[in-house]
Amino acid sequence: MTVSSTSHQQEQGRFITVMKDILARPSGRIGLTLVLFHILLALLSPLIAPYDFKLQNSSLMLSPPSSEHWLGADHLGRDILSRTLMGGREALLVTGIATPLAVIWGGFIGILFGLVGGRVDEVLMRVVDAFLSLPWILKMLVLIVTFGTGIGVLIPTLTFFYGIPVIRVARAATHDIIARDFVWAAKARGHSRISIIWRELLPNVLDTLMVEGAMRWSWMLLAFSSLSFLGFGVSPPTPDWGLMISDARGFMSFAPWGVIAPVIGLSSLIIGINLSADALAKALGIDRAQKAPM
Amino acid sequence: MPQSLFIDIKNLSVGYTSRSGKTIPVLRDVNLSITRGDSIGLVGESGSGKSTLALAAMGYFKRGLHVISGQVQFDGIDMLNIERNALQRLRGGRLALIPQNSGQSLTPNLRIGQQIIEALRLHSDLPATGFDAGVIDLLSQVRLPDPIGLTDRYPHELSGGQQQRVAIAMALASDPEALLLDEPTTGLDVTTQAHIMELLRDLAKDRNLAMLYVSHDLGAIARVCNKVMVMYAGETVLTGSAKQVLLSPRHPYAHGLLASIPRLNEASLPQALDGRPPMPSETITGCAFADRCKLADQTCHSSPPQLNHLETGEAVRCFHHDQIGQLNRKPEKSARSNPVVADKDIALSLANLAVSYSRPGLLSKLFTPQDTPPSTVDRITIDIKKGETLGLVGESGSGKSTILKTIAGMVPAQSGNIILNQTEPLDTMVEKRPAAYLRQVQIIFQNPDDSLNPRHTVAQILAQPLRLYYGLSGTPLRDRSIAILEQVRLGEHYLERLPSQLSGGEKQRVAIARAFAADPEIILCDEVTSALDVSVQAAVLDLLDVLKRQDGTTYIFVSHDLAVVKAISDRVAVLYQGRICEIGPVAAVYSAPFHPYTDALLGAVLEPDPDVAPRLTADDAVELSPPKTGCPFQRRCPRKLGSICETNIPTAQEIAPGHIIHCHIPQVDL
Repeated sequence: MTVSSTSHQQEQGRFITVMKDILARPSGRIGLTLVLFHILLALLSPLIAPYDFKLQNSSLMLSPPSSEHWLGADHLGRDILSRTLMGGREALLVTGIATPLAVIWGGFIGILFGLVGGRVDEVLMRVVDAFLSLPWILKMLVLIVTFGTGIGVLIPTLTFFYGIPVIRVARAATHDIIARDFVWAAKARGHSRISIIWRELLPNVLDTLMVEGAMRWSWMLLAFSSLSFLGFGVSPPTPDWGLMISDARGFMSFAPWGVIAPVIGLSSLIIGINLSADALAKALGIDRAQKAPM
Repeated sequence: MPQSLFIDIKNLSVGYTSRSGKTIPVLRDVNLSITRGDSIGLVGESGSGKSTLALAAMGYFKRGLHVISGQVQFDGIDMLNIERNALQRLRGGRLALIPQNSGQSLTPNLRIGQQIIEALRLHSDLPATGFDAGVIDLLSQVRLPDPIGLTDRYPHELSGGQQQRVAIAMALASDPEALLLDEPTTGLDVTTQAHIMELLRDLAKDRNLAMLYVSHDLGAIARVCNKVMVMYAGETVLTGSAKQVLLSPRHPYAHGLLASIPRLNEASLPQALDGRPPMPSETITGCAFADRCKLADQTCHSSPPQLNHLETGEAVRCFHHDQIGQLNRKPEKSARSNPVVADKDIALSLANLAVSYSRPGLLSKLFTPQDTPPSTVDRITIDIKKGETLGLVGESGSGKSTILKTIAGMVPAQSGNIILNQTEPLDTMVEKRPAAYLRQVQIIFQNPDDSLNPRHTVAQILAQPLRLYYGLSGTPLRDRSIAILEQVRLGEHYLERLPSQLSGGEKQRVAIARAFAADPEIILCDEVTSALDVSVQAAVLDLLDVLKRQDGTTYIFVSHDLAVVKAISDRVAVLYQGRICEIGPVAAVYSAPFHPYTDALLGAVLEPDPDVAPRLTADDAVELSPPKTGCPFQRRCPRKLGSICETNIPTAQEIAPGHIIHCHIPQVDL
């Protein structure tokens, strides 16, 4: 048995306790169920969707829910149930990749700023602040208009923009840790900066980063859907909740089912993520003051 | 005249419900009664339930705790079944609490006057017009200088001792009949503590208070209490008058506790109390102390002892209280063998070291270049020989920790040199020091909760220096880690634990092990025992002493506790405001002639002996920065000569070989 395996056991033990704690909370149970449900749906929806999502049927245009089409049809006569079931796939894929990437780069830079400290840190953080003060949708639209849409642009864009608030959080968490004696002890022993980040700081900032990541995920989903809503996200005919809401909102007064179904899809996923993040934060003992996405 | 019981706690058991649904008691069948004019000291290690009991006297229980059985009465009022509003009027009214960290219990953005007025408005029948006079009256009662000026100040503008006095003033606002004190002087300097104790003692007498004083500090208890109750694992094990309990304890635990306190009049290390108290969740069949008791026999392990009321007025929970004489008060523990260091080489030289924390801005550099504040630490010149232990002692703000951090390269020196092994001076920043030197100087911090990474197992903690300095990995790393753990008397099974799974003493052992893993020449000890219980402190001091004798390591030992420094050091430097007042061999510094500051410090030490009163010479005002010229101690010195003390730096007077006092007073008068 080597040293690393003993620490591995401790980590495993901690993972199990945290999971148990999350599942012991109603918010954790409901949240995780919702998230898992959506992930499963995204994987299996091509198999279970009753109709082809592209299939247009002019005789069904804006038809209300019926026994054949449970949630009715949209303005092109496409089955809303099938489109709603598949409407989260793109969003989950893009945000599922971009969230961890954003947390990794933002977290690393934030810890580094926190460790370096002093004037460099101050100046760079003011740049970050200035950046954060611009409306996010504006910043993203500039990039997307310049480079075009599609997953290849959306993932780097979201990763970049959502990593920046992570810098703030990681830096603040690092500042709390850096003044503690075990970091002083490591410095006094003469460890390298990388070793201090990796061994002393990261393990203690990781909890905060995980909760932050979960929060960023739900923000990012909302951003992705907003971009789709504005026509910069998923291109038709691929089904997407944001796009569906955008398409159906013109007919909302006489065919509200076209909006209701994707709204329920999107909000249940975001609520699920937020509840899970909440339970995770409580299980890890982190006081979370951040607000839910608005 | 027999007085009626004022606070009366009968057969109180308090517990919490564990996750598995079991009720786990933290207080078991405790009786406590206090009459007016009585002050009772509540003593025990952390986790013994003493704070829980004190809070129970106000009918308060921390979250998760509930009463299992028993009753709590205050002047005949049932505190456990009292209406909420009435209880609130009592608390802070007739019954006041002074908590441990009063600086933190004051509202930071309210002026002192306003805070006390609030207490007066809520808890006294003073008319609103009388508030201002009431505030001044209270502040003078707690002997704060310039009460009128003080009302306009904010809490952060006061020193720790002054904040504590304000908290006492607020508690007195309601003219309480009973005071509960929960470690009120922990964290304060010795001189401040001694002054606060005198204040409390006088207040209790003048106002005929019923006082319950919770502390782990037996010296403080000895000063203010007339009765003492010793608690162990949630039970009362011994009660009696302060003299009985502190001078001839009839319970083995109390005996061990007293033996573990380092004392100024003893040259040897205190005796450690082995083992640790049982956790509340452990089932105890016999006496809770049996596992750590030298008198324990079969009966002690099988059946629980009852509280015996003796004719002398004491009550003791022990089968063998009549054999207590067998426990030698002064066991044959040889006086610490001071290694002969006279002919050894110099391990570390500090040459005219100065440290300044002030970083003048560009503007002040340009316009007032002459107006730089005096250095935090200045004129430190000490040679430390190999295998020697140098104690650095002084109040908070005396620069002792700063000196350690400068040696470790964590705080840059302003001027002066740090020379290791008589080679060329070390760079002042740790990043620029050669790797070979880094290994030779290791540091142990005050609080192991803070100095051990909470996410690392003991194995990972020990691996850090072993990997860095020796490149060990795999089996050799593990073998070496186990060997080091055994040196600090911890077993192999500790390797997989996280710091949160260790007790305070075990954590500090791991921190010591980590320092020794580097096999250093010099270990810097920064208040290494002050976060520990006394019994654990004795064990840690003993361990440090043993390791030093094995490896011939040089220690620089920083502490505010004069008795601890005396017990472990060969040579002592007394510091005030970052300047050396007196330096010399332990025996010389701790006996006359003294520097006036050393005299003030030694006089203020509270001994766990009710017959010994402290001598208070200097007042306890706290200075934020050293004076620009002259003697650092000039503003507080009770023996100040005159203007020479304000203008001239005192010269070093060599009283005896190696014993140097920096003072203007001629040697014969010291």
